Amino acid sequence: MSKLQQAIDNLHEADREAGKRSGKSRIHPVSRLLVCVAYIGIVVSFPKYDVTGLLGMSLFIIITGILEDLSFIKGFQRMKYILAFVVLLGAVNPFLDKRIVMQTGGVTVTGGMLSMMTLFIKGVLTVYAAYFMFMCTGIEQLCRALRCLKVPKGAVTVVLLIYRYIIVLLKEIQRMSLAYRLRAPGQKGIHIKVWGSFAGLLLLRSMERAQNVYDSMLLRGYDGEFQYEILGQEKTGKGLGAVYAAGWIGIFLLLRCVPVFQMAGNIFLSIGQ
Amino acid sequence: MHMADALLAPAVAGTMYLCSGAATGYSIKKVRALNEPEKIPVMGVMGAFVFAAQMINFTIPGTGSSGHLCGGMLLSAILGPEAGFLTMIGVLLIQCLLFADGGILALGANVWNMAFYGCFLGGMVIWSRMMKKGMSKRKIMAASVIGCILTLQLGALSVSLETLASGVTELPFGIFVGVMQPIHLAIGLVEGLITAAVLIFIYEARPKMLWRYEPSGQTEGKFSQRKTVGILAVTALVIGGLFSLAASALPDGLEWSMEKVSGSTELTAAGEAYETAAKIQETTALLPDYGFKTGESAAGTSFSGIIGAVVVIGLCVLCCYGLKLFKRKKQKEEAV
Repeated sequence: MSKLQQAIDNLHEADREAGKRSGKSRIHPVSRLLVCVAYIGIVVSFPKYDVTGLLGMSLFIIITGILEDLSFIKGFQRMKYILAFVVLLGAVNPFLDKRIVMQTGGVTVTGGMLSMMTLFIKGVLTVYAAYFMFMCTGIEQLCRALRCLKVPKGAVTVVLLIYRYIIVLLKEIQRMSLAYRLRAPGQKGIHIKVWGSFAGLLLLRSMERAQNVYDSMLLRGYDGEFQYEILGQEKTGKGLGAVYAAGWIGIFLLLRCVPVFQMAGNIFLSIGQ
Repeated sequence: MHMADALLAPAVAGTMYLCSGAATGYSIKKVRALNEPEKIPVMGVMGAFVFAAQMINFTIPGTGSSGHLCGGMLLSAILGPEAGFLTMIGVLLIQCLLFADGGILALGANVWNMAFYGCFLGGMVIWSRMMKKGMSKRKIMAASVIGCILTLQLGALSVSLETLASGVTELPFGIFVGVMQPIHLAIGLVEGLITAAVLIFIYEARPKMLWRYEPSGQTEGKFSQRKTVGILAVTALVIGGLFSLAASALPDGLEWSMEKVSGSTELTAAGEAYETAAKIQETTALLPDYGFKTGESAAGTSFSGIIGAVVVIGLCVLCCYGLKLFKRKKQKEEAV
């Protein structure tokens, strides 16, 4: 089950890196979350032929990635499954939309080609935005941001607990799978006859863990609220966060409403001529 | 079935957020009213279980393919529809953040497509109604299979409708639905069987864990084989009806695409295109090697725009690296 091991490794790595970054970050997590949502909203609002505008929106990803030392390759690796569906849907566009919209030298570009390209760019940019936001805030700070936005504490606690239990359960699956493989050498996958008992047993083990963990939480004075202030996470400044959010959202709106890159391109071309 | 942000228009995503938000508000209210704080960590673990269990790919004999466990129906059969729904939201949120399965903007749509149908239709309607007069293995099997198939069919249909409303693909609706529904019928059947197997195991091992289980009211065997077959037959008829609708929609979709590429439509389109191309070349005489599109000029792609974007992005990258080098140098100096 290399997929499981890979998932465990990815989770460990993401958790470690996000924790390291969010510890240093002075930008409030709410600002990061708002900027991310605004960015994704504006990216998907671009018309289907506007490749130039979308290229402009990539500035946010490039700047964040470089300044925060985030890996573009790791980010891209995460989107292989989701992009497959996006590409599949976009791939039919060149065959169905044959309207000529641009000619460059001897090459003719149709509307379908452009709409396929914009769909792919939108897919890449939005996934990068979410991934980078997560890598800069981490799950704890993200849950804190959700609480600041008045998301009920029960829902936030569930998100945090799911995240925390994932690694424990993945390791449990790994143990059970290894035990199964050792008893059934050469068999590919888990036999249909034991699907139910295998998953059911995992579920029962999970429930037992839940009860133990809940008892421990009660004994340590858990009251349903996370004490972020006590954890010493108040290094982030709301003022800086507001400037960060206002600045980026302003830039996004500018790039969305004004064809900045076309204007810049015209200037460069006129200089060239 | 996870939808990416790129597949949704902001208006569609916003509408789906509103729909899912209403269901979330209702669920939170109900969970609060039940006042079972001990359920919160159980929801957490159940969410993690669904998340983790989805990573086990079971081999499907004779097909060479694999499938994984269903989420919504299983969660609502154990936690109840409202708590199950909230748990699925948590699972979907983490999936989109960690594994890029879905998107932040598309979360509302994904919650609706995957959690709402699974938990509310699967749990509140199918599971609850079928278990009203007591539980049995047959009932669990029937509820799981019917629930998973129906909820996945509705989820897949919603994906097609949302994509169509967003206008991101040129694929005709009939063809899209004709591809999506049969695939999800097979997935739903396999997931239903796995869900049933897990729930039957729990029913035998710890029945109290199941939602709607009442030990005193158990009337084993009341749900006869005849009734099970009857329900399955009705489901088959309903699904068959849906497929016939999809099948009748298919020729329309094909006609639409045929019209797009054949006969007079093609001639008109080609003529317009050639005229457009000629006009383009006339208007861009200053740049004879390049052409601009004439329509949607304010928001369109152009050669100068691409040049501008490449140059500005290049400059930006250089500035960022410069800033980073400066920052590192400063940090080194401070360390010394």
